[in-house]
Amino acid sequence: MASETESEGLAFHPMDQFIVRPLFGGETVHWYTPTNATLWMALTILAVVLFFVTGTRGRAIVPSRIQSIAELGYGFVHKMVEDVAGKDALKFFPYIFTLFCFIVFSNFLGLLPRAFTTTSHIAVTAVMAVAVFLTVTIVGFVKNGAAFLGLFWVSSAPLALRPVLALIEVISYFVRPVSHSIRLAGNMMAGHAVIKVFAAFAPLVLISGIGVVVTPLSIIAITAMYGLEILVAFIQAYVFTILTCVYLKDALHPHH
Amino acid sequence: MEGDIVQMGAYIGAGLACMGMGGAAVGVGNVAGNFLAGALRNPSAAAGQTATLFIGIAFAEALGIFSFLVALLLMFAV
Amino acid sequence: MANSTEPAAEAVTGAATEAAGHVAEAAGHVAEKAGMPQLDFATFPNQIFWLVVALVMIYLVLSRVALPRIGGILADRQGTITNDLAAAEDLKASALAAEKAYEQALVDARAEAQKIIAEARAVIQAEVDEATAHADAEIAARAAESERRIGEIRASAVDSVREVARDTAAALVAALGGSVDAKAIATAVTARLKG
Repeated sequence: MASETESEGLAFHPMDQFIVRPLFGGETVHWYTPTNATLWMALTILAVVLFFVTGTRGRAIVPSRIQSIAELGYGFVHKMVEDVAGKDALKFFPYIFTLFCFIVFSNFLGLLPRAFTTTSHIAVTAVMAVAVFLTVTIVGFVKNGAAFLGLFWVSSAPLALRPVLALIEVISYFVRPVSHSIRLAGNMMAGHAVIKVFAAFAPLVLISGIGVVVTPLSIIAITAMYGLEILVAFIQAYVFTILTCVYLKDALHPHH
Repeated sequence: MEGDIVQMGAYIGAGLACMGMGGAAVGVGNVAGNFLAGALRNPSAAAGQTATLFIGIAFAEALGIFSFLVALLLMFAV
Repeated sequence: MANSTEPAAEAVTGAATEAAGHVAEAAGHVAEKAGMPQLDFATFPNQIFWLVVALVMIYLVLSRVALPRIGGILADRQGTITNDLAAAEDLKASALAAEKAYEQALVDARAEAQKIIAEARAVIQAEVDEATAHADAEIAARAAESERRIGEIRASAVDSVREVARDTAAALVAALGGSVDAKAIATAVTARLKG
Protein backbone atom coordinates (compact mmCIF):
# COMPACT_ATOMS: atom_id res chain seq x y z
CA MET A 1 0.00 0.00 0.00
CA ALA A 2 2.72 2.44 1.05
CA SER A 3 4.92 1.24 -1.73
CA GLU A 4 2.18 1.95 -4.21
CA THR A 5 1.53 5.49 -3.00
CA GLU A 6 5.21 6.27 -3.05
CA SER A 7 5.81 4.97 -6.52
CA GLU A 8 2.82 6.99 -7.61
CA GLY A 9 3.91 10.07 -5.67
CA LEU A 10 7.59 10.02 -6.51
CA ALA A 11 7.28 9.24 -10.18
CA PHE A 12 10.61 9.79 -11.92
CA HIS A 13 9.75 10.41 -15.54
CA PRO A 14 12.31 13.04 -16.45
CA MET A 15 12.14 12.22 -20.15
CA ASP A 16 8.36 12.27 -20.52
CA GLN A 17 8.40 16.02 -21.18
CA PHE A 18 10.19 15.36 -24.45
CA ILE A 19 7.59 12.99 -25.90
CA VAL A 20 6.16 14.16 -29.20
CA ARG A 21 2.38 13.78 -29.11
CA PRO A 22 -0.26 14.55 -31.71
CA LEU A 23 -1.97 17.77 -30.77
CA PHE A 24 -5.56 16.79 -31.60
CA GLY A 25 -5.79 13.24 -30.24
CA GLY A 26 -4.84 10.09 -32.08
CA GLU A 27 -1.78 7.93 -31.53
CA THR A 28 0.35 7.75 -34.64
CA VAL A 29 2.62 10.63 -35.58
CA HIS A 30 2.62 11.03 -39.36
CA TRP A 31 4.99 13.47 -40.97
CA TYR A 32 2.21 16.02 -41.36
CA THR A 33 0.47 15.53 -37.99
CA PRO A 34 0.32 18.74 -35.95
CA THR A 35 2.08 17.80 -32.70
CA ASN A 36 3.14 19.62 -29.58
CA ALA A 37 6.44 20.24 -31.38
CA THR A 38 4.45 21.98 -34.12
CA LEU A 39 2.63 24.09 -31.54
CA TRP A 40 5.81 25.30 -29.89
CA MET A 41 7.51 25.98 -33.20
CA ALA A 42 4.45 28.02 -34.16
CA LEU A 43 4.77 29.93 -30.88
CA THR A 44 8.42 30.52 -31.72
CA ILE A 45 7.43 32.01 -35.07
CA LEU A 46 4.82 34.10 -33.28
CA ALA A 47 7.42 35.38 -30.82
CA VAL A 48 9.78 36.26 -33.67
CA VAL A 49 7.02 38.11 -35.48
CA LEU A 50 6.00 39.86 -32.26
CA PHE A 51 9.51 41.06 -31.53
CA PHE A 52 10.89 41.82 -34.95
CA VAL A 53 7.83 42.87 -36.94
CA THR A 54 5.22 44.19 -34.51
CA GLY A 55 7.81 45.60 -32.15
CA THR A 56 9.55 47.60 -34.86
CA ARG A 57 6.33 48.83 -36.50
CA GLY A 58 6.81 52.32 -35.10
CA ARG A 59 10.23 52.70 -36.81
CA ALA A 60 10.95 55.13 -34.00
CA ILE A 61 14.24 56.98 -33.91
CA VAL A 62 14.00 56.76 -30.13
CA PRO A 63 13.00 53.10 -29.77
CA SER A 64 10.29 51.60 -27.61
CA ARG A 65 11.26 48.74 -25.29
CA ILE A 66 10.47 45.89 -27.67
CA GLN A 67 12.06 47.74 -30.56
CA SER A 68 15.25 48.27 -28.61
CA ILE A 69 15.38 44.53 -27.82
CA ALA A 70 14.93 43.78 -31.52
CA GLU A 71 17.67 46.27 -32.38
CA LEU A 72 19.90 44.81 -29.69
CA GLY A 73 19.50 41.31 -31.14
CA TYR A 74 20.11 42.59 -34.65
CA GLY A 75 23.22 44.47 -33.60
CA PHE A 76 24.48 41.55 -31.52
CA VAL A 77 24.33 39.00 -34.32
CA HIS A 78 25.37 41.51 -36.99
CA LYS A 79 28.51 42.39 -35.04
CA MET A 80 29.20 38.72 -34.33
CA VAL A 81 29.01 37.80 -38.03
CA GLU A 82 31.14 40.78 -39.01
CA ASP A 83 33.78 40.24 -36.31
CA VAL A 84 34.09 36.47 -36.53
CA ALA A 85 33.40 35.63 -40.16
CA GLY A 86 34.37 38.87 -41.83
CA LYS A 87 32.59 41.53 -43.87
CA ASP A 88 31.95 39.27 -46.87
CA ALA A 89 29.96 36.90 -44.65
CA LEU A 90 27.29 39.55 -44.11
CA LYS A 91 25.25 38.21 -47.01
CA PHE A 92 24.65 35.12 -44.86
CA PHE A 93 23.44 37.33 -42.04
CA PRO A 94 19.68 36.65 -42.52
CA TYR A 95 20.39 32.92 -42.58
CA ILE A 96 22.43 33.05 -39.37
CA PHE A 97 19.97 35.39 -37.73
CA THR A 98 17.14 32.97 -38.54
CA LEU A 99 18.98 30.17 -36.76
CA PHE A 100 19.77 32.42 -33.81
CA CYS A 101 16.18 33.60 -33.47
CA PHE A 102 14.72 30.14 -33.74
CA ILE A 103 17.10 28.71 -31.14
CA VAL A 104 16.93 31.54 -28.67
CA PHE A 105 13.15 31.80 -28.75
CA SER A 106 12.68 28.02 -28.62
CA ASN A 107 15.03 27.80 -25.66
CA PHE A 108 13.28 30.53 -23.73
CA LEU A 109 9.77 29.32 -24.59
CA GLY A 110 10.84 25.84 -23.51
CA LEU A 111 11.59 27.21 -20.06
CA LEU A 112 7.91 27.99 -19.48
CA PRO A 113 6.33 25.42 -17.19
CA ARG A 114 4.66 22.54 -19.09
CA ALA A 115 6.28 23.73 -22.30
CA PHE A 116 7.82 21.52 -24.94
CA THR A 117 11.40 22.37 -25.87
CA THR A 118 11.79 21.84 -29.58
CA THR A 119 15.54 22.39 -29.46
CA SER A 120 15.98 19.49 -27.01
CA HIS A 121 15.41 17.05 -29.87
CA ILE A 122 18.33 15.67 -31.80
CA ALA A 123 16.19 15.62 -34.93
CA VAL A 124 15.71 19.37 -34.82
CA THR A 125 19.25 20.38 -33.92
CA ALA A 126 20.74 17.83 -36.31
CA VAL A 127 18.79 19.30 -39.22
CA MET A 128 20.08 22.76 -38.38
CA ALA A 129 23.64 21.53 -37.85
CA VAL A 130 23.63 19.52 -41.09
CA ALA A 131 22.21 22.52 -42.91
CA VAL A 132 25.07 24.64 -41.59
CA PHE A 133 27.57 21.91 -42.47
CA LEU A 134 26.28 21.58 -46.03
CA THR A 135 26.11 25.33 -46.53
CA VAL A 136 29.63 25.80 -45.28
CA THR A 137 31.02 22.96 -47.38
CA ILE A 138 29.23 24.05 -50.55
CA VAL A 139 30.16 27.70 -50.05
CA GLY A 140 33.75 26.68 -49.39
CA PHE A 141 34.05 24.71 -52.60
CA VAL A 142 32.17 27.25 -54.70
CA LYS A 143 34.25 30.16 -53.41
CA ASN A 144 37.67 28.55 -53.30
CA GLY A 145 37.40 25.47 -55.51
CA ALA A 146 39.96 22.83 -54.69
CA ALA A 147 41.87 25.36 -52.59
CA PHE A 148 39.25 24.74 -49.93
CA LEU A 149 41.03 21.44 -49.24
CA GLY A 150 43.93 23.57 -48.00
CA LEU A 151 41.87 23.84 -44.81
CA PHE A 152 43.01 20.32 -43.98
CA TRP A 153 46.64 20.77 -45.00
CA VAL A 154 48.29 22.70 -42.17
CA SER A 155 51.14 24.34 -44.05
CA SER A 156 52.63 25.86 -40.91
CA ALA A 157 53.31 22.42 -39.37
CA PRO A 158 56.45 20.33 -40.03
CA LEU A 159 56.14 18.29 -43.20
CA ALA A 160 56.26 14.92 -41.42
CA LEU A 161 53.34 15.88 -39.20
CA ARG A 162 51.13 17.20 -41.97
CA PRO A 163 49.47 13.93 -43.09
CA VAL A 164 48.62 13.08 -39.48
CA LEU A 165 47.26 16.57 -38.90
CA ALA A 166 45.32 16.36 -42.15
CA LEU A 167 43.67 13.16 -40.96
CA ILE A 168 42.79 14.76 -37.64
CA GLU A 169 41.48 17.87 -39.39
CA VAL A 170 39.29 15.80 -41.72
CA ILE A 171 37.86 13.84 -38.81
CA SER A 172 37.23 16.96 -36.78
CA TYR A 173 35.60 18.55 -39.83
CA PHE A 174 33.13 15.71 -40.13
CA VAL A 175 32.51 15.56 -36.38
CA ARG A 176 31.47 19.22 -36.46
CA PRO A 177 27.77 18.70 -37.24
CA VAL A 178 27.59 15.93 -34.62
CA SER A 179 29.02 18.02 -31.81
CA HIS A 180 27.23 21.10 -33.08
CA SER A 181 23.83 19.44 -32.81
CA ILE A 182 24.39 17.31 -29.73
CA ARG A 183 25.77 20.24 -27.75
CA LEU A 184 22.55 22.19 -28.12
CA ALA A 185 20.14 19.28 -27.72
CA GLY A 186 22.16 17.79 -24.86
CA ASN A 187 22.30 21.05 -22.94
CA MET A 188 18.61 21.62 -23.28
CA MET A 189 17.72 18.02 -22.47
CA ALA A 190 20.09 17.83 -19.50
CA GLY A 191 18.84 20.98 -17.83
CA HIS A 192 15.18 20.14 -18.27
CA ALA A 193 15.69 16.54 -17.12
CA VAL A 194 17.53 17.69 -14.00
CA ILE A 195 14.77 20.17 -13.16
CA LYS A 196 12.26 17.34 -13.65
CA VAL A 197 14.21 15.03 -11.34
CA PHE A 198 14.29 17.68 -8.62
CA ALA A 199 10.61 18.34 -9.22
CA ALA A 200 9.90 14.66 -8.67
CA PHE A 201 11.43 14.93 -5.19
CA ALA A 202 9.28 17.94 -4.28
CA PRO A 203 6.05 16.11 -3.31
CA LEU A 204 7.95 13.89 -0.84
CA VAL A 205 6.57 15.95 2.07
CA LEU A 206 3.13 14.51 1.30
CA ILE A 207 4.40 10.97 1.64
CA SER A 208 7.20 10.77 4.16
CA GLY A 209 8.54 12.66 7.17
CA ILE A 210 11.93 13.15 5.55
CA GLY A 211 10.17 15.32 3.00
CA VAL A 212 10.21 18.22 5.47
CA VAL A 213 13.91 18.52 4.63
CA VAL A 214 13.87 17.25 1.08
CA THR A 215 11.01 19.32 -0.29
CA PRO A 216 12.45 22.79 0.46
CA LEU A 217 15.83 21.62 -0.76
CA SER A 218 14.37 20.40 -4.02
CA ILE A 219 12.43 23.62 -4.51
CA ILE A 220 15.61 25.64 -3.93
CA ALA A 221 17.44 23.35 -6.33
CA ILE A 222 14.73 23.81 -8.98
CA THR A 223 15.01 27.59 -8.61
CA ALA A 224 18.78 27.49 -8.91
CA MET A 225 18.66 25.17 -11.92
CA TYR A 226 16.05 27.41 -13.51
CA GLY A 227 18.35 30.39 -13.16
CA LEU A 228 21.18 28.40 -14.67
CA GLU A 229 18.90 27.24 -17.48
CA ILE A 230 18.00 30.83 -18.37
CA LEU A 231 21.72 31.49 -18.74
CA VAL A 232 22.26 28.26 -20.69
CA ALA A 233 19.31 28.97 -22.98
CA PHE A 234 20.98 32.14 -24.17
CA ILE A 235 24.56 30.90 -24.14
CA GLN A 236 23.73 27.83 -26.22
CA ALA A 237 21.99 29.96 -28.83
CA TYR A 238 25.03 32.25 -28.81
CA VAL A 239 27.44 29.31 -29.07
CA PHE A 240 25.50 27.71 -31.92
CA THR A 241 25.49 31.00 -33.80
CA ILE A 242 29.13 31.85 -33.17
CA LEU A 243 30.25 28.35 -34.20
CA THR A 244 28.24 28.78 -37.38
CA CYS A 245 30.19 32.00 -37.94
CA VAL A 246 33.49 30.26 -37.23
CA TYR A 247 32.70 27.49 -39.73
CA LEU A 248 31.62 30.10 -42.25
CA LYS A 249 34.91 31.92 -41.78
CA ASP A 250 36.72 28.64 -42.57
CA ALA A 251 34.70 28.36 -45.76
CA LEU A 252 35.33 31.93 -46.86
CA HIS A 253 38.97 32.16 -45.79
CA PRO A 254 40.31 28.58 -45.62
CA HIS A 255 43.95 29.57 -45.06
CA HIS A 256 45.11 29.11 -41.54
CA MET B 1 17.84 -13.12 -14.30
CA GLU B 2 19.95 -12.54 -17.37
CA GLY B 3 17.93 -9.41 -18.15
CA ASP B 4 18.50 -8.17 -14.63
CA ILE B 5 22.25 -8.49 -15.03
CA VAL B 6 22.10 -6.58 -18.31
CA GLN B 7 20.01 -3.94 -16.58
CA MET B 8 22.46 -3.75 -13.70
CA GLY B 9 25.38 -3.39 -16.08
CA ALA B 10 23.60 -0.65 -17.94
CA TYR B 11 22.96 1.30 -14.77
CA ILE B 12 26.50 0.84 -13.50
CA GLY B 13 27.75 1.96 -16.88
CA ALA B 14 25.49 5.00 -16.76
CA GLY B 15 26.91 5.91 -13.39
CA LEU B 16 30.46 5.48 -14.68
CA ALA B 17 29.67 7.57 -17.74
CA CYS B 18 28.57 10.38 -15.47
CA MET B 19 32.13 10.64 -14.22
CA GLY B 20 32.92 12.16 -17.60
CA MET B 21 30.91 15.19 -16.57
CA GLY B 22 33.45 15.81 -13.83
CA GLY B 23 36.10 16.03 -16.52
CA ALA B 24 33.98 18.53 -18.41
CA ALA B 25 33.58 20.53 -15.22
CA VAL B 26 37.36 20.60 -14.76
CA GLY B 27 37.80 21.63 -18.37
CA VAL B 28 35.24 24.42 -18.27
CA GLY B 29 36.63 25.66 -14.97
CA ASN B 30 40.11 25.64 -16.44
CA VAL B 31 39.05 27.65 -19.47
CA ALA B 32 37.10 30.20 -17.42
CA GLY B 33 39.77 30.47 -14.74
CA ASN B 34 42.57 31.03 -17.20
CA PHE B 35 40.47 33.57 -19.03
CA LEU B 36 39.89 35.41 -15.77
CA ALA B 37 43.57 35.31 -14.87
CA GLY B 38 44.47 36.70 -18.28
CA ALA B 39 41.69 39.27 -18.15
CA LEU B 40 42.87 40.57 -14.79
CA ARG B 41 46.37 40.93 -16.14
CA ASN B 42 45.28 42.74 -19.26
CA PRO B 43 41.71 43.97 -18.80
CA SER B 44 41.73 45.99 -22.02
CA ALA B 45 42.16 42.85 -24.13
CA ALA B 46 39.46 40.90 -22.28
CA ALA B 47 36.44 42.34 -24.04
CA GLY B 48 37.65 41.22 -27.45
CA GLN B 49 38.22 37.65 -26.32
CA THR B 50 34.84 36.80 -24.78
CA ALA B 51 33.79 35.10 -28.01
CA THR B 52 36.87 32.90 -27.79
CA LEU B 53 36.02 32.20 -24.16
CA PHE B 54 32.55 30.99 -25.04
CA ILE B 55 33.81 28.90 -27.93
CA GLY B 56 36.35 27.28 -25.61
CA ILE B 57 33.73 26.63 -22.96
CA ALA B 58 31.40 25.18 -25.59
CA PHE B 59 34.05 22.77 -26.83
CA ALA B 60 35.01 21.68 -23.32
CA GLU B 61 31.41 21.29 -22.33
CA ALA B 62 30.39 19.33 -25.42
CA LEU B 63 32.44 16.36 -24.22
CA GLY B 64 30.66 16.41 -20.88
CA ILE B 65 27.38 16.45 -22.77
CA PHE B 66 28.58 13.41 -24.72
CA SER B 67 29.15 11.51 -21.47
CA PHE B 68 25.74 12.59 -20.25
CA LEU B 69 24.28 11.32 -23.50
CA VAL B 70 26.03 7.98 -23.06
CA ALA B 71 24.55 7.75 -19.57
CA LEU B 72 21.07 8.51 -20.88
CA LEU B 73 21.44 5.98 -23.68
CA LEU B 74 22.47 3.32 -21.18
CA MET B 75 19.57 4.23 -18.90
CA PHE B 76 16.81 4.46 -21.44
CA ALA B 77 17.84 3.08 -24.79
CA VAL B 78 19.82 -0.09 -24.09
CA MET C 1 0.80 14.43 9.71
CA ALA C 2 -0.53 11.85 12.21
CA ASN C 3 -1.37 9.25 9.62
CA SER C 4 1.85 9.84 7.73
CA THR C 5 4.04 8.26 10.44
CA GLU C 6 3.05 4.76 9.42
CA PRO C 7 3.96 5.15 5.75
CA ALA C 8 7.11 7.01 6.78
CA ALA C 9 8.28 4.15 8.94
CA GLU C 10 7.33 1.77 6.17
CA ALA C 11 9.30 3.87 3.72
CA VAL C 12 12.42 3.95 5.86
CA THR C 13 12.43 0.21 6.58
CA GLY C 14 11.52 -0.89 3.11
CA ALA C 15 13.50 1.68 1.22
CA ALA C 16 15.75 -0.79 -0.54
CA THR C 17 13.00 -3.07 -1.74
CA GLU C 18 10.92 -0.12 -2.76
CA ALA C 19 13.72 1.40 -4.74
CA ALA C 20 14.28 -1.87 -6.48
CA GLY C 21 10.59 -2.16 -7.24
CA HIS C 22 10.45 1.40 -8.47
CA VAL C 23 13.43 0.89 -10.72
CA ALA C 24 11.92 -2.27 -12.11
CA GLU C 25 8.66 -0.45 -12.67
CA ALA C 26 10.43 2.48 -14.29
CA ALA C 27 12.41 0.13 -16.46
CA GLY C 28 9.25 -1.58 -17.52
CA HIS C 29 7.63 1.74 -18.23
CA VAL C 30 10.63 2.87 -20.22
CA ALA C 31 10.84 -0.36 -22.18
CA GLU C 32 7.21 0.04 -23.11
CA LYS C 33 7.88 3.67 -24.13
CA ALA C 34 10.82 2.57 -26.28
CA GLY C 35 13.51 4.60 -24.53
CA MET C 36 14.36 8.24 -24.98
CA PRO C 37 11.78 10.30 -26.83
CA GLN C 38 14.69 11.88 -28.69
CA LEU C 39 15.52 8.51 -30.25
CA ASP C 40 11.96 7.70 -31.27
CA PHE C 41 12.66 7.69 -34.98
CA ALA C 42 8.95 7.53 -35.82
CA THR C 43 8.62 11.20 -34.88
CA PHE C 44 11.63 12.35 -36.89
CA PRO C 45 9.90 13.04 -40.22
CA ASN C 46 7.23 15.01 -38.41
CA GLN C 47 9.71 17.15 -36.48
CA ILE C 48 11.94 17.71 -39.48
CA PHE C 49 8.98 18.70 -41.64
CA TRP C 50 7.65 21.21 -39.14
CA LEU C 51 11.13 22.49 -38.36
CA VAL C 52 11.75 23.21 -42.03
CA VAL C 53 8.38 24.95 -42.25
CA ALA C 54 9.18 27.02 -39.15
CA LEU C 55 12.66 27.94 -40.32
CA VAL C 56 11.47 28.93 -43.77
CA MET C 57 8.72 31.08 -42.28
CA ILE C 58 11.10 32.77 -39.86
CA TYR C 59 13.59 33.28 -42.69
CA LEU C 60 10.95 34.86 -44.92
CA VAL C 61 9.62 37.07 -42.14
CA LEU C 62 13.08 38.20 -41.14
CA SER C 63 14.66 38.67 -44.55
CA ARG C 64 11.61 40.26 -46.19
CA VAL C 65 10.24 42.43 -43.41
CA ALA C 66 12.14 42.60 -40.18
CA LEU C 67 15.80 42.86 -41.10
CA PRO C 68 15.47 45.55 -43.79
CA ARG C 69 13.25 47.50 -41.45
CA ILE C 70 15.63 47.26 -38.47
CA GLY C 71 18.59 47.98 -40.73
CA GLY C 72 16.72 51.01 -42.04
CA ILE C 73 15.92 52.18 -38.53
CA LEU C 74 19.53 51.82 -37.46
CA ALA C 75 20.77 53.59 -40.61
CA ASP C 76 18.20 56.37 -40.06
CA ARG C 77 19.34 56.77 -36.50
CA GLN C 78 22.95 56.81 -37.59
CA GLY C 79 22.07 59.40 -40.20
CA THR C 80 20.19 61.50 -37.67
CA ILE C 81 23.08 61.29 -35.24
CA THR C 82 25.56 62.21 -37.97
CA ASN C 83 23.39 65.11 -39.11
CA ASP C 84 22.94 66.32 -35.59
CA LEU C 85 26.64 66.09 -34.99
CA ALA C 86 27.32 68.02 -38.21
CA ALA C 87 24.76 70.64 -37.22
CA ALA C 88 26.33 70.88 -33.79
CA GLU C 89 29.72 71.25 -35.47
CA ASP C 90 28.33 74.06 -37.65
CA LEU C 91 26.80 75.79 -34.67
CA LYS C 92 30.05 75.48 -32.80
CA ALA C 93 31.94 76.94 -35.76
CA SER C 94 29.52 79.86 -36.01
CA ALA C 95 29.76 80.41 -32.28
CA LEU C 96 33.53 80.47 -32.62
CA ALA C 97 33.25 82.91 -35.51
CA ALA C 98 30.94 85.13 -33.47
CA GLU C 99 33.36 85.04 -30.61
CA LYS C 100 36.19 85.93 -32.93
CA ALA C 101 34.20 88.81 -34.39
CA TYR C 102 33.44 90.03 -30.90
CA GLU C 103 37.11 89.85 -29.98
CA GLN C 104 37.97 91.73 -33.16
CA ALA C 105 35.37 94.38 -32.42
CA LEU C 106 36.76 94.68 -28.92
CA VAL C 107 40.27 95.11 -30.27
CA ASP C 108 39.05 97.67 -32.83
CA ALA C 109 37.13 99.60 -30.24
CA ARG C 110 40.14 99.62 -27.99
CA ALA C 111 42.34 100.90 -30.81
CA GLU C 112 39.73 103.53 -31.67
CA ALA C 113 39.59 104.63 -28.08
CA GLN C 114 43.37 104.85 -28.00
CA LYS C 115 43.30 106.94 -31.13
CA ILE C 116 40.63 109.25 -29.76
CA ILE C 117 42.53 109.60 -26.53
CA ALA C 118 45.72 110.43 -28.42
CA GLU C 119 43.90 112.99 -30.57
CA ALA C 120 42.27 114.57 -27.56
CA ARG C 121 45.59 114.69 -25.83
CA ALA C 122 47.18 116.32 -28.88
CA VAL C 123 44.38 118.89 -29.09
CA ILE C 124 44.62 119.65 -25.43
CA GLN C 125 48.41 119.90 -25.67
CA ALA C 126 48.08 122.33 -28.56
CA GLU C 127 45.58 124.40 -26.64
CA VAL C 128 47.78 124.34 -23.58
CA ASP C 129 50.78 125.37 -25.69
CA GLU C 130 48.83 128.15 -27.30
CA ALA C 131 47.53 129.36 -23.98
CA THR C 132 51.01 129.22 -22.53
CA ALA C 133 52.42 131.19 -25.45
CA HIS C 134 49.61 133.72 -25.17
CA ALA C 135 50.15 134.05 -21.46
CA ASP C 136 53.89 134.42 -21.98
CA ALA C 137 53.31 137.10 -24.57
CA GLU C 138 50.93 138.97 -22.32
CA ILE C 139 53.32 138.71 -19.42
CA ALA C 140 56.12 140.03 -21.61
CA ALA C 141 53.90 142.90 -22.80
CA ARG C 142 52.91 143.74 -19.29
CA ALA C 143 56.50 143.62 -18.16
CA ALA C 144 57.49 145.93 -21.00
CA GLU C 145 54.68 148.35 -20.12
CA SER C 146 55.73 148.32 -16.51
CA GLU C 147 59.30 148.89 -17.59
CA ARG C 148 58.24 151.86 -19.70
CA ARG C 149 56.11 153.32 -16.92
CA ILE C 150 58.95 152.94 -14.47
CA GLY C 151 61.21 154.68 -16.99
CA GLU C 152 58.66 157.46 -17.40
CA ILE C 153 58.26 157.77 -13.67
CA ARG C 154 61.99 157.84 -13.28
CA ALA C 155 62.34 160.50 -16.01
CA SER C 156 59.59 162.64 -14.55
CA ALA C 157 61.26 162.29 -11.14
CA VAL C 158 64.54 163.58 -12.62
CA ASP C 159 62.69 166.53 -14.21
CA SER C 160 61.02 167.33 -10.92
CA VAL C 161 64.35 167.17 -9.15
CA ARG C 162 65.82 169.53 -11.78
CA GLU C 163 62.93 171.95 -11.41
CA VAL C 164 63.12 171.84 -7.63
CA ALA C 165 66.87 172.29 -7.82
CA ARG C 166 66.51 175.30 -10.19
CA ASP C 167 63.83 176.88 -8.09
CA THR C 168 65.85 176.30 -4.96
CA ALA C 169 68.98 177.65 -6.62
CA ALA C 170 67.06 180.75 -7.85
CA ALA C 171 65.66 181.31 -4.39
CA LEU C 172 69.08 180.88 -2.87
CA VAL C 173 70.60 183.26 -5.34
CA ALA C 174 67.82 185.82 -4.67
CA ALA C 175 68.25 185.43 -0.95
CA LEU C 176 71.97 185.95 -1.21
CA GLY C 177 71.28 189.15 -3.06
CA GLY C 178 72.32 188.34 -6.48
CA SER C 179 70.49 188.89 -9.67
CA VAL C 180 68.63 185.96 -10.83
CA ASP C 181 69.87 184.85 -14.16
CA ALA C 182 67.52 181.96 -14.99
CA LYS C 183 69.65 180.74 -17.85
CA ALA C 184 72.81 180.44 -15.84
CA ILE C 185 71.07 178.70 -13.05
CA ALA C 186 69.57 176.12 -15.38
CA THR C 187 72.96 175.44 -16.89
CA ALA C 188 74.57 175.08 -13.51
CA VAL C 189 71.85 172.76 -12.22
CA THR C 190 72.06 170.63 -15.29
CA ALA C 191 75.85 170.41 -14.93
CA ARG C 192 75.56 169.56 -11.31
CA LEU C 193 72.90 166.85 -11.94
CA LYS C 194 75.05 165.30 -14.58
CA GLY C 195 78.09 165.17 -12.42
